[in-house]
Amino acid sequence: MSKGEPLRLHVPEPTGRPGCNTDFSYLRLSPAGAVRRPEVDVTPMETRDLAYSLISVLDADGNAVGPWAPQIDIELVRKGLRAMMKTRIFDSRMLMAQRQKKMSFYMQSLGEEAIGTAQALALNVDDMCFPTYRQQSILIVRDYPLVDMICQLMSNERDPLKGRQLPVMYSVKKAGFFSISGNLATQYIQAVGWGMASAIKGDTKIASAWIGDGATAEADFDTALTFAHVYRAPVILNVVNNQWAISTFQAIAGGEDTTFAARGVGCGIASLRVDGNDFLAVYAASCWAAERARRNLGPCLIEWVTYRAGPHSTSDDPSKYRPADDWSHFPLGDPIARLKQYLIKAGAWSEQEHEETQKRLEAEVLTAQKEAEQYGTMASGHTFSPAEMFDGIYKELPEHLRVQRQQLGI
Amino acid sequence: MAENIIKTPMTMIQALRSAMDVMLEKDEQVVVFGQDVGYFGGVFRCTEGLQKKYGTSRVFDTPISEGGIVGVAIGMGAYGLRPCIEIQFADYIYPAYDQIVSEAARLRFRSAGDFTAPITIRTPCGGGIYGGQTHSQSPEAVFAHVCGLRTVMPSNPYDAKGLLISSIENDDPVIFLEPKRLYNGPFDGHHDKPVVPWSQNPLGEVPEGYYTVPLDKAAIFRPGKQLTVLAYGTMVWVCEAAARETGIDVEIIDLRSLWPLDLETIVASVKKTGRCVVVHEATRTCGFGAELVSLVQEHCFYHLEAPIERVTGWDTPYPHAQEWAYFPGPARVGAAFKRAVEA
Repeated sequence: MSKGEPLRLHVPEPTGRPGCNTDFSYLRLSPAGAVRRPEVDVTPMETRDLAYSLISVLDADGNAVGPWAPQIDIELVRKGLRAMMKTRIFDSRMLMAQRQKKMSFYMQSLGEEAIGTAQALALNVDDMCFPTYRQQSILIVRDYPLVDMICQLMSNERDPLKGRQLPVMYSVKKAGFFSISGNLATQYIQAVGWGMASAIKGDTKIASAWIGDGATAEADFDTALTFAHVYRAPVILNVVNNQWAISTFQAIAGGEDTTFAARGVGCGIASLRVDGNDFLAVYAASCWAAERARRNLGPCLIEWVTYRAGPHSTSDDPSKYRPADDWSHFPLGDPIARLKQYLIKAGAWSEQEHEETQKRLEAEVLTAQKEAEQYGTMASGHTFSPAEMFDGIYKELPEHLRVQRQQLGI
Repeated sequence: MAENIIKTPMTMIQALRSAMDVMLEKDEQVVVFGQDVGYFGGVFRCTEGLQKKYGTSRVFDTPISEGGIVGVAIGMGAYGLRPCIEIQFADYIYPAYDQIVSEAARLRFRSAGDFTAPITIRTPCGGGIYGGQTHSQSPEAVFAHVCGLRTVMPSNPYDAKGLLISSIENDDPVIFLEPKRLYNGPFDGHHDKPVVPWSQNPLGEVPEGYYTVPLDKAAIFRPGKQLTVLAYGTMVWVCEAAARETGIDVEIIDLRSLWPLDLETIVASVKKTGRCVVVHEATRTCGFGAELVSLVQEHCFYHLEAPIERVTGWDTPYPHAQEWAYFPGPARVGAAFKRAVEA
């Protein structure tokens, strides 16, 4: 028997704090093109190495290399770049509108634009996505009108959700975008249920589930993996590891000395770990997972390694808990810059086209904002009638709610 | 009820199974699942034979995960199915509370009708079976408090089948609480007497096919003039025994739908009798009885001849050995009836 040393509680810490650089060596990176691409009918056990490495396609010089380099129409890549640019412009414009008090709250997806965009392009529009609050790129690449998005953000008289929801909590069934909830991880298991329903009905549609690194610690994450595995549900289980959950580094969520992709393997789910800032890798991995699901081969978990470049939300100040220039040191760079480099090298894009596209998209977002503002903003007080508050809680208005609505004088 | 409808004696278990059988047959969007629900037919036999009849993609077993069971049902509802799911005991529904409160109850509202959760969550509840702390609870108040949910509890086989069919067909999420003490026969709180099976009770006569009992409608279980009693589940039978034993002419209202409820029937009765006693198994403080007392006070104040009484479980976890000291039996209920009419 060894003499008992006093036990110590281990509390993980990020290497970088304000005024001190992050050591990103914890990221477990692999060179572009280095990771193998198995057949889609691979057994989950055989994806173990993939869960601990990183699938990248774009190398530092902007070449698409290795077995995961996708067969993709160059027009689709151009569409992807434009959607990513549009998402970023939209985010920065809405951030400004929040500062101008035209809306109460906003959440950017700066640095994560490739993931939602490329996966949405790999799916059919009737495949249902169960997003978190940071997958606005899915709506944008699916060409959902910006005006409708802004009306939701401004809770104005044209808000599709009638002023009932916090900004960013969109719901767009026709764009395959499930109603966003403030409660983390709840949609992850719901996505599995949606996929199970599709299987029960003998349909061909699949579900796409989304969760962040921090929210993987919620029980619904594990539950979703269990159910997806048990019933071989046609679902893509996306984990967006942007390293941060508000102020909390991903190590506190359970990411230290392991990967989130590895959780999938442990549950008997084929799992991939992919460069989330590499549009081509995201597209290729999403196609692989979608094909697997569509062929009844079961679910796939994908950890997207990326970096939350912006503040968590408009209520957050990241300079209080992480280095101010952290993003510029993140080894996987900026998804837009990387795809731009690739397209230019492929002769399908140019600095000039980039600049023109940027200007055109800025004008498009501005025009949409101006149109949306005509229907009111939080500042102008043009919102839906308070009578809406009582509607839609039940299918029919029950008597007690009719009375309460009357008591409000409506 | 038309004369030509064929009725069969059924226990509450058989009536609930019959409701699911009818709905599985009638609507191909209906699916039934939960822990031990499939092959085995449920720990209370409520789903016996259904998997064999409808196949494993309509009726199936699930992992032991209440949050998962409710969560996948919500996703299926969003797809367009109509899940009728089971939580083995109401005492174990809490891991699903987030999915029920934050998701199922809010989905229609928060998406402005874009998505809905037409799901029914069946769960056996109530005590009187030596179930101890985690096989006896009555958590109706934690659901009645949640806007967007319907909370329902039958007290007999006829209502159980009709209310369950209504619940499955309803497009709102329904918490369907089944008093397991009533599964095999009515129970009036006299635990020392042998159980009388449902076959000897007219409410155990249940039509074979499709019929409904409307939600939001209470039933006058026993008409009376002296005192209005608001009860549901097992307590309906306890109250009837207490009425018999005290000789007080009570009007027992079986709420059936707890929320939204049938206020009209309650108010009409209390205005007639001028007195009211509320009875439930659940603990007292902030129990559903508090809402009933409040509603009666608000709507019937000038007609009340006596303070509104509440007979409930004590504010303690449900005990094992002290079962009959906890359970509000006919003696405690009868004493409250006397106080109410003598006040």
